[in-house]
Amino acid sequence: MSYIKKPSARNPSLRPNALGLTVRDYEGAMSTLCAGCGHDSITAAITRAFYELDVAPHMVAKLSGIGCSSKTPTYFLSGAHGFNSAHGRMPAILTGASAANRDLIYIGVSGDGDSLSIGLGQMSHAIRRNVDALYVLENNGVYGLTKGQFSASADPGSRSKHGEPNTQQAIDPVLLALSLGATFVARSFSGDKGQLVPIVKAGLRHRGFALVDVISPCVTFNDHEGSTKSYRYTRGHQEPIVEADLVPPAAEITAEYAAGAAVDVRMHDGGIVRFTKIPEGYDPGDRDAVVAYLRAHQSTGAIPTGLLYLDPSGSEMHAANRTVATPLAQLPYESLCPGAAALDALQRAYR
Amino acid sequence: MLREPIGETPEASAGAAPARGPEAGDETPAREDASRVNRFAFKLANVNGTGSASANSLLMQAIFRMGIPVSGKNLFPSNIQGLPTWYEIRVDKDGYTARTARFDLVVAMNAETYEDDIDEVRPSGWVLFDSSWPLKQAFLRTDVSFLGVPYAKICTENFAEARERTLMKNIAYVGTLAALLDIDMGVVEDMLREKFAAKPKLMASNAKAIRLGYDYAKEHFACPLPTRLEAMGGPPGASPTADKILITGNTATALGALYAGATVAAWYPITPSTSVLDAFTELCEEYRVDPETKERRYCILQAEDELAAIGMVIGAGWNGARAFTATSGPGISLMSELVGLAYYAEIPAVIVDVQRVGPSTGMPTRTQQGDILLCAYASHGDTKHILLFPANPEECFHFTVRAFDLGERFQTPVFVLSDLDIGMNDWVVPRLTWDDSYRPDRGRVLSREELDALPKYFRYSPEDWQGVAARTLPGTSAKGAFFTRGSGHNKLGGYTERPDEYQEVMDRLARKHWTARNFVPPAIVETRPNASFGVVTVGSCDLAVREALAELATNGIVGDYLRVRGFPFGPEIESFLRRHDRMFVVEQNRDGQLRSLLTLETGVAKSQLFSVRAYGGLPLQAAQVVREIVHQIRETEKERPA
Repeated sequence: MSYIKKPSARNPSLRPNALGLTVRDYEGAMSTLCAGCGHDSITAAITRAFYELDVAPHMVAKLSGIGCSSKTPTYFLSGAHGFNSAHGRMPAILTGASAANRDLIYIGVSGDGDSLSIGLGQMSHAIRRNVDALYVLENNGVYGLTKGQFSASADPGSRSKHGEPNTQQAIDPVLLALSLGATFVARSFSGDKGQLVPIVKAGLRHRGFALVDVISPCVTFNDHEGSTKSYRYTRGHQEPIVEADLVPPAAEITAEYAAGAAVDVRMHDGGIVRFTKIPEGYDPGDRDAVVAYLRAHQSTGAIPTGLLYLDPSGSEMHAANRTVATPLAQLPYESLCPGAAALDALQRAYR
Repeated sequence: MLREPIGETPEASAGAAPARGPEAGDETPAREDASRVNRFAFKLANVNGTGSASANSLLMQAIFRMGIPVSGKNLFPSNIQGLPTWYEIRVDKDGYTARTARFDLVVAMNAETYEDDIDEVRPSGWVLFDSSWPLKQAFLRTDVSFLGVPYAKICTENFAEARERTLMKNIAYVGTLAALLDIDMGVVEDMLREKFAAKPKLMASNAKAIRLGYDYAKEHFACPLPTRLEAMGGPPGASPTADKILITGNTATALGALYAGATVAAWYPITPSTSVLDAFTELCEEYRVDPETKERRYCILQAEDELAAIGMVIGAGWNGARAFTATSGPGISLMSELVGLAYYAEIPAVIVDVQRVGPSTGMPTRTQQGDILLCAYASHGDTKHILLFPANPEECFHFTVRAFDLGERFQTPVFVLSDLDIGMNDWVVPRLTWDDSYRPDRGRVLSREELDALPKYFRYSPEDWQGVAARTLPGTSAKGAFFTRGSGHNKLGGYTERPDEYQEVMDRLARKHWTARNFVPPAIVETRPNASFGVVTVGSCDLAVREALAELATNGIVGDYLRVRGFPFGPEIESFLRRHDRMFVVEQNRDGQLRSLLTLETGVAKSQLFSVRAYGGLPLQAAQVVREIVHQIRETEKERPA
């Protein structure tokens, strides 16, 4: 449907947010992905999350690598600068961008090929650095743009469109991120917008690297019988084990939850992530327990989803670096150059 | 093809060859003696990791402080401890301090390399060695003098700790050399005081070791040798080194980045560029940390590899910070992919390449100019980059600043091609100066107000006369938002697969690069009356080529000089190439990369350019250049019909 220009007509009944913007103002160009692609649902969730958080679009930088998933930043927030970079290299470019300007909100969109094969190293190190960004991994187990090769997230035994089984072990981004010390780890399903929007919002508010692995079926190359990343399989095996919602600082008082049923985790900005459904004995702040839980449940074929792990106390890249509050790119030159007199003085050491 | 003449005594070196065979203290002709005051070279052979580096730099610094032009070349192995390492010092009152392989004196402190080291002394020269153990008869030469000092014994008697005994052997020979070469002991002692101001115990043992070496020499040898030093310049401030500093290219590069206002640096450790980031880090800690809050006005990222390092630089450049990386050849290979992205998407980036010997891992601790073509065209597809070629630390400083200006002016990656010799060795260069009225050239960046005044904004249109279109920085306004992509795009910034739209952008990029020829540092051109040929060179070849030209001129072979300092090549280069029928292109790589680039990018005929190459990994010597030019002139004369 890419030949259709997106209508610019506005629906007067659309509700404006605190900035006076409607959800339309958070949209982007028309998607050129296949009809029914999971990625488009994720785009819709991202659009909704930014709208609900009252973020000014121009204060967002959206970056991606290469692949079907990486095309999607064009489809949301047309008022934000975008960067469709190179295959597997977005985490580094995002890291550098964040280094230069800590005031912007960063969202990186990637896929399983981009993040788990060619970009595995860069994603891992962005996690280690705890770069302040939301990282959405649109995971379909397959290379779409090159027509159906297995990706590194394809489960062993999962079958390709031609029936051939995958023989290699899968890389699970959630377990990987947990082992690398990620401070925010979630898994969701593109078909579960109700779960995904609050996770994206919490990820955007998290100070540090927020990984959201979203199972996002590829309708063209990986939605058949025998695939473990199809709509049908995911719907049948997804277990939303954790429910969480973001309570912004100002809205805290008005949020309605049954007393005793909620566990609150306070974020840097004073907002709260309120866990309203957690399995008996599950602690989203206990890394080892979360890993053990996921391993045990995944071995049965289940796909536990939700905001699985959260540690708001981690020191993000700029905090660790003790960078000044003013974005480095905006520091006046006079505050950066020591000047001629200092150059003279320091050269006494070179005599 | 030129072979690496390590260890051989070049036939064409300056001055008459002394007669073979005199013993120590033997009479040598008076003229020879006179010429060796402040004009000689010596070599120190050490074991890596024994503290020799500080002893040797102490020596060089002392000579520098005596006002005498000097150079020090550290020839070190890719190793932390145990392998042989050498340090070569050349003093020359006239300032010819390129590397020479003609050594008047060798300090042989490494028994493992005695044989080769002793071989390298010129006839009637001297070998200073540790005589705690007897020297093998086979190593003895009758045409040189052996000066034995029992350093190990002396140090064992005078120092208690094992580590100290090893370290002090090297400090002790500094004392011996001070006596033999007439180095001002006052200068040496001043330096020790400065160096160990905070460590009185170290100060005491170093001073003691130096004195032990000095006294032993005074007692046992006729000091000083005829090959010796003499302070230059008389009154303080008038010596040839009075307004000079001793600095490595990498430190100067880091200073350039600091003064240019770079705030983001991303890198991956690699010899020989690591000290750029070490120095930048130190400088930032000194000048960019708020004294009260301890907040930093910089962010240095040690990346996971060079793929990421360049990615971070590009991300920061996209976001408006001045950002750079420093690396060497293997890093450039890895960065090439994203260099193409920055070129095509038009994002500023500064890449310092401190070249080492390739291909592959090559020789990481040896110097070369082997990345010229790689950097000129780095990345797949049609790409062409701006290159700057410093020849010494002073130019490293200024060219690094220039690189940031050019990067932002032309919205493109800019390479600063230094090398291991410039980057890691101490050079005597004029004191660096800074103009406080300098302000960064940020190129065309639209502010929010400028955007508001536009009916609509497009990233790659309209262009100015330089082929540059205005960019906007993320966070400015929704109106200025655009989508940066490495995929095919038209002049409005939109995705395209249309041939005409694609070509339109690519043609502008070529125009932009062409325009930059007038903005890179112009070539150094020196013409002489009666010149019969030209010499074209680049980077660290400078001193050796100048010395070679002077020496050739004394034999009536007169050539003009051109040193390329930037790419794309400026009009002054075209004009030099047009004016000379025959030119020798002197460079340090096997394939004559500068020569190739000249033939590709100018109108010069291949047949006009003769190649003079040295690429064994050690800094270029004048003797190599002289020999090759003389040889090639003779060959062409033979071929010429009578």
